[in-house]
Amino acid sequence: MTHSLWRSLSTHGILILGTIFMGAPVWIAFMSSTHPADTLIRDGMQYWFGGHLLETYNEVLFVEGGVMKKVTASRMLYNSMILGVGFAVGKVIVSMSAAYAIVYFRFRLATPLFWVIFMTLLLPLEVRIVPSYGVVANLGLLDTHFGLIVPLIASATGTFYFRQYFKSVPEELLEAARLDNAGPVRFLIDILVPLSKTMIAAILIIMFVVGWNQYLWPLLMTTQEENYTIVIGIKQIYQVLSEGGELPQFQKAFALTVLATLPPVAVVLVFQNWFVKGLVESEK
Amino acid sequence: MSTLTLSGVNKRYDNGAHAVRGVDMSIADGELVVFVGPSGCGKSTLLRMVAGLESITEGEVAIDGRRINEISPADRDVAMVFQNYALYPHMTVFRNMAYGLANRGMAKVEIEAKVRETAKMLRIGEFLERRPAQLSGGQRQRVAMGRAIVRSPKLFLFDEPLSNLDAKLRVQMRIEIKRLQRELGVTAIYVTHDQTEAMTLADRLAVINEGRIEQMGSPMELYSDPRTLFVASFIGSPHINLLPARFDQGQLLVGDTTLTGFADLPEGVPLMLGIRPEHLSLSADGTFEMSIDLVEQLGADSMIYGAVSAFSGEEPIELCFRAGEATRHVPGERLKLDFQTDRAMVFRQDNGERLI
Amino acid sequence: MKRVQFERSVVPYLFVAPQILIIAIFFLLPAGQAIYQSFLLEDAFGISSQFVWFRNYEDTILNYEWLGSAGFTIIFSAVVTFLSLAIALLLAVRANEVLHGSNSYKTLLMWAYAVAAPVAGLMGNLMFNPFVGDLYKGMNALGWDFNHKLDAFDASFVVILIAVWKQVSVNFIFFLSGLQGIPKSVLEAATLDCRSPTRRFWSITFPLLAPTTFFLMVINITYAFFETFGIIDTTTRGSPGGATMTLVYKVYTDGFLGADLGGSSAQSVILMIMVLILTVFQFRFIERKVHY
Repeated sequence: MTHSLWRSLSTHGILILGTIFMGAPVWIAFMSSTHPADTLIRDGMQYWFGGHLLETYNEVLFVEGGVMKKVTASRMLYNSMILGVGFAVGKVIVSMSAAYAIVYFRFRLATPLFWVIFMTLLLPLEVRIVPSYGVVANLGLLDTHFGLIVPLIASATGTFYFRQYFKSVPEELLEAARLDNAGPVRFLIDILVPLSKTMIAAILIIMFVVGWNQYLWPLLMTTQEENYTIVIGIKQIYQVLSEGGELPQFQKAFALTVLATLPPVAVVLVFQNWFVKGLVESEK
Repeated sequence: MSTLTLSGVNKRYDNGAHAVRGVDMSIADGELVVFVGPSGCGKSTLLRMVAGLESITEGEVAIDGRRINEISPADRDVAMVFQNYALYPHMTVFRNMAYGLANRGMAKVEIEAKVRETAKMLRIGEFLERRPAQLSGGQRQRVAMGRAIVRSPKLFLFDEPLSNLDAKLRVQMRIEIKRLQRELGVTAIYVTHDQTEAMTLADRLAVINEGRIEQMGSPMELYSDPRTLFVASFIGSPHINLLPARFDQGQLLVGDTTLTGFADLPEGVPLMLGIRPEHLSLSADGTFEMSIDLVEQLGADSMIYGAVSAFSGEEPIELCFRAGEATRHVPGERLKLDFQTDRAMVFRQDNGERLI
Repeated sequence: MKRVQFERSVVPYLFVAPQILIIAIFFLLPAGQAIYQSFLLEDAFGISSQFVWFRNYEDTILNYEWLGSAGFTIIFSAVVTFLSLAIALLLAVRANEVLHGSNSYKTLLMWAYAVAAPVAGLMGNLMFNPFVGDLYKGMNALGWDFNHKLDAFDASFVVILIAVWKQVSVNFIFFLSGLQGIPKSVLEAATLDCRSPTRRFWSITFPLLAPTTFFLMVINITYAFFETFGIIDTTTRGSPGGATMTLVYKVYTDGFLGADLGGSSAQSVILMIMVLILTVFQFRFIERKVHY
């Protein structure tokens, strides 16, 4: 379709403005993180490189900070990585199994169990946060990786994505497999899983981002600084950085935000196509 | 009055593809011109350039003498029927047809009248309150036509509108389209890759190949007097028999057969002898001998396919012979055939130019 | 459901067990507890509790603060939803049209989805910081006496801006996908029927995007209700004076920081009901509207 010159110009204009709007905060954060503390106090945020990149990031990543002076950014990144990967993998395994059972088996409790799972969609964690904390504390799971990751898997989103996907797989496949004497486990491993590779990849990517970005739950769950994930750590440390000590260390605060953003954004950019596909397919 | 003139029209894409090369034509008021050619030849592109859906790289398109290159599609006063109908899915049939008129500020009462009238003409009056999803392919097709007709445009553009219909419906709709166009007297351009459709619908036909117009004329002109090899083989079903030939010392050599009666042909140049299946006849001492591979009985007619013995060697040359009603010949038989010399054509193989 | 299925007695239960177990322990149990506790009133030391029926609910709903939060949450959600949808739609439409560099634009506009809410909040906070933040200085330079620590409107402005920023990416992705689902020939037919691109957009494109739009509206409202916790906690924390307190944030402050289990449980339950209504609405309304 042809468009007038004016329309093309305004289109590029709008898109460029949009890109600047979306990109500016991270750009500024990154640029500012490469300047020394006094530059920032004196001149405000920076829009270009400041030459202190290695120094600042080195400090942030490897020198202990925080209230108790017990945690480095690299430790927090490590915690976040465990959360992200653990959540993604756990979610995929648990929800894929549940979806498999519901779609491919005829058993008595199928319908009621389906509704139970469905209900979890209605109530995000934020709504039942206080008692959830209570349960986990009583089980002695505070400050543990298990307690951090597993309760998050309670929501049904993954199960629904896989259920939707399995329903779209041609039935003939199962019929052929049964003729070939494949039992349910065989069918799942040899046929269904390889078939679902793209979907699994897409869900893994999305769930990694979701897991990495968890805030409220890790905030409540972790009491020791060494267990902070980067996403909650930046908030706790920000307090210290801006108020404690002589000179507010804004460049470190900026550096922390950049570090917290880098992995999930990198994953999303590198796997862009799978990510978009997973996101769009899932909400049907 | 609506005439269309194309002068030196070219279309080049950013990637260098030259889809339309120097097209010139004039279409008279009320004419139905068909653009026909193989897939990818540029016929749809040319149509879309007239519609305003593709930009014109070079050249001029004019309606009634007025240049329309820079005018937006909605202002060109042309209406188009798309291959997949392109009906607005969220609107009723009535609104689909009324949309163009409403946007032009026509009064509601007038719109209502026009839509109902057109719907009646196309026998879709009972579907006016339905949505496209609730209609069959043929019905949607008629709604698409109704949408075009109701606007009383200067020009109708059809982009392979019948391709998605089943064979029987296609024949029916073809006749209806021709009838409507005659009745309404609106100038029209029709694009198709089906030569039968082209031959039956066209007042004039433009055969397009690789962005160029090979020939333009009435169907019979193109059939009996093709200017190039391409046109000769494209028009006519089943298609023309082509036999590789050479001219040597005043005689035409076709395989191991020598033919007289041809003169003034260039020597030492690969040639092609073209004979239409209906211009061959059985003859006791015929020029060509063929051994039958396949007999097609079509009821009122029959076609016999076989290899010509004049060509021995790796690739057999096939002949198709129109044998008339209920032939009794069978595969394996050998037939001797003769042809009408005055209906035969000779082409150069290199540039397809017709010499005889 | 599938026509062809396995008929095994134990196997499906094994497959479904992990999910159900996790749900039972970490969802049903806390949810049940929340409901139970909403009917209790604890004494000052948390030693004994008393069954008080709906008193907690009454206290909550009639509480001025809670009503203020509810009001703010609703307005906040509406504004954030509207703005992030509008901006995303504009960007998606143009990104869909552009001939050169469309892939670059798409990449550049969609990655923000990966930024966590609190991180976005913190970045925003820094940009509005009186010492370092250009936005803060810029606002004041333009004549707006900007102080988001003291002024309720300014605080809301900051929170809304950050929330919108974060949501635009998701909406953009879905709108773009929706636009690409509209058959090209339908849009071409529209160019022949209608000269103005704006009119074509509102009469053809927008109605055909309706399913996507409704779906996104619900996602956005849910987001504004719940996921903005991270933004608020790293910027205003509900101040000044509860002006930017969303209902979810209130559950957190009352329940966790304030140790008012009964009250915050009641608030939780009310929130649950609100979400329930929203979801039912989504399924009914959208399923009906969608099919052409």
